Amino acid sequence: MWNRDRWREMFLTLRKNKLRTVLSGFTVAMGIFIFVLLFGFGNGLKNSFEQFFVDDSTNTIWLYPGQTEKPYRGFKAKRRIIFRNDDLKDIEQNFPLFIDYTTPRISRGALVKRGKESNNYTVRGVAPGHQQAERSIIIKGRYINEADVQDNTKYATIGRLVEKDLFGKKSSLGQQIDVGGVSFKVVGVFRDEGGDNEERLIYIPYTTRQRLEKSNDRIDQIIVAFRPELGYTGALALEKKLTTFLRKKHNIAPNDRSGIYVRNVAADLKQTQQFASVLQLIVTFVGLGTLLAGIIGISNIMVFVVKERTKELGIRKAIGATPKSVVGMILHESVFITTIAGYAGLLAGVGTLTLIGDSLEEFFIINPYIGTNTAVGATLILILFGAIAGYIPARRAAKIKPIIALRDE
Amino acid sequence: MIEIKELHKSYAMGQNSLHVLKGINFSVQEGEMVAIMGSSGSGKSTLLNILGMLDGADLGTYTLDNNPIKDLDETKAAIYRNKFLGFVFQSFNLISYKTALENVMLPLYYQKVNRKERQIRAQKYLDDVGLGPWASHHPNELSGGQKQRVAIARALVSEPKVLLADEPTGALDTKTSYELMDVLQSINDQGITLLIVTHEEDIANMCKRIVHLRDGVIVEDKKVKQVKASRYVE
Repeated sequence: MWNRDRWREMFLTLRKNKLRTVLSGFTVAMGIFIFVLLFGFGNGLKNSFEQFFVDDSTNTIWLYPGQTEKPYRGFKAKRRIIFRNDDLKDIEQNFPLFIDYTTPRISRGALVKRGKESNNYTVRGVAPGHQQAERSIIIKGRYINEADVQDNTKYATIGRLVEKDLFGKKSSLGQQIDVGGVSFKVVGVFRDEGGDNEERLIYIPYTTRQRLEKSNDRIDQIIVAFRPELGYTGALALEKKLTTFLRKKHNIAPNDRSGIYVRNVAADLKQTQQFASVLQLIVTFVGLGTLLAGIIGISNIMVFVVKERTKELGIRKAIGATPKSVVGMILHESVFITTIAGYAGLLAGVGTLTLIGDSLEEFFIINPYIGTNTAVGATLILILFGAIAGYIPARRAAKIKPIIALRDE
Repeated sequence: MIEIKELHKSYAMGQNSLHVLKGINFSVQEGEMVAIMGSSGSGKSTLLNILGMLDGADLGTYTLDNNPIKDLDETKAAIYRNKFLGFVFQSFNLISYKTALENVMLPLYYQKVNRKERQIRAQKYLDDVGLGPWASHHPNELSGGQKQRVAIARALVSEPKVLLADEPTGALDTKTSYELMDVLQSINDQGITLLIVTHEEDIANMCKRIVHLRDGVIVEDKKVKQVKASRYVE
């Protein structure tokens, strides 16, 4: 294998038969290139799909107050249910083993001003846990913290696009903004993978919001994050316990569905994951198909190459080449070409994917990529099959008696 | 040098089998120059191919330089061919993408001679057949006579004991044929045994012995007075 003469002989043969070399190399390179590209696109499709669903935490249960439909314990039907701060406390105290954190959310629209700039934004009163529930990523300063909630501070954490709208290129940190007539100090800026709307939000402590609204203790909705180790079934059980607990507390009939609404992200996620695995299956299928086409292409060209060389191999045998050296020579050449060409196709494919990047976002292909293992594995498979495809006709050619190979056509 | 006894060979032709060689007894001493003659279908090429281990016999014995040639697998046959035999074919059989020098170097490559020495030895044999200046030419840039001389250089470079030539002048005109025979005679003068298959009387008369084949048997085996080809070459 490492005999210098052998390499020299091989290079000479390859150089003197450029068309053949280029043609077989091109087949391999193209096969790998298309494989990488399709596989990458498949992954990109999966990425954009995942982005639709997983920009928020997946271990949360969302509780919304509603309106009762049935009379119960002396209460009339059509009664509005209102969540208050003690609901939050009760949940935390009654389910400490299952709960990671809780946060309320009080949403209000507000005209926000800063100097001459002004715009309407949604302002959410929240607790620190909300950052995790929404997966907000702090890029400057900090999020609303426990102390802010304690002291009803007039601090705000604003979205990246809010800062851009109101401050242009200047930094908003430490600056005052006017939120619906009340002055707030910006303590942080965040971004969110969920898209532009998610970055046009303003977060303030929920206690501050309650104090601004005549010091009430009402909450719009409650987000309960359960411990991830509960899993899917645990989450469903907790959901049931939580609603039973709240119905009892608020005197809602156990079979009254509209008193409290629940959204369990864990259940949604399950569906999403099923869809994602179907997508993965399609991607794998397309990839295998391409690879198969590549293998057939290489096999064809190898059969052709050996056929074309029958006479040359006959001559080599007549002047002393052993069958082993004939097979070795063809294998050496074919493995060399497929390796170089496969590597080139791999680089070209990965390069193209990198170049494409996020430019196909509108076709739902985000960050197309291919795993190193998949790409290298596919290349190795192609090299292996190139070798096998070369070996079979080479062995046959080596077995042909030179006299037959040399017979004039 | 060569000793064959009761050699039989038949080819399957569909249902029938064609009995080509029907018991050949024949021996060649070292330094002989033998012409094998016969009309087409007489079995002369088959005989040469068996002598050259390019084909196997059905029955009979074959001894080459005191080595019994029997039940050879392809690998052994390749080694024997490389060590004892040189081939010259009617259609030259040069490798088209290699230069004259590279073609001549090839048998030495299979003997695992190092590259420097391959080059020196190949160049020497090209010089011997008068083609030194054409070393870097490809076969398609050479005339028929030149191609055949490259083939002869290639056959000789591995220093064989026996040179087998199958209609070496078959594709050449008379003048070129005589020039080639002149080269072959001078090779024979250096002590190399030559077997030449031909159907041309004048070529056969330039050998030292003529063996006539007809329908698979030897009908005549005679020594002749060698006609020197140099007479016709200026």
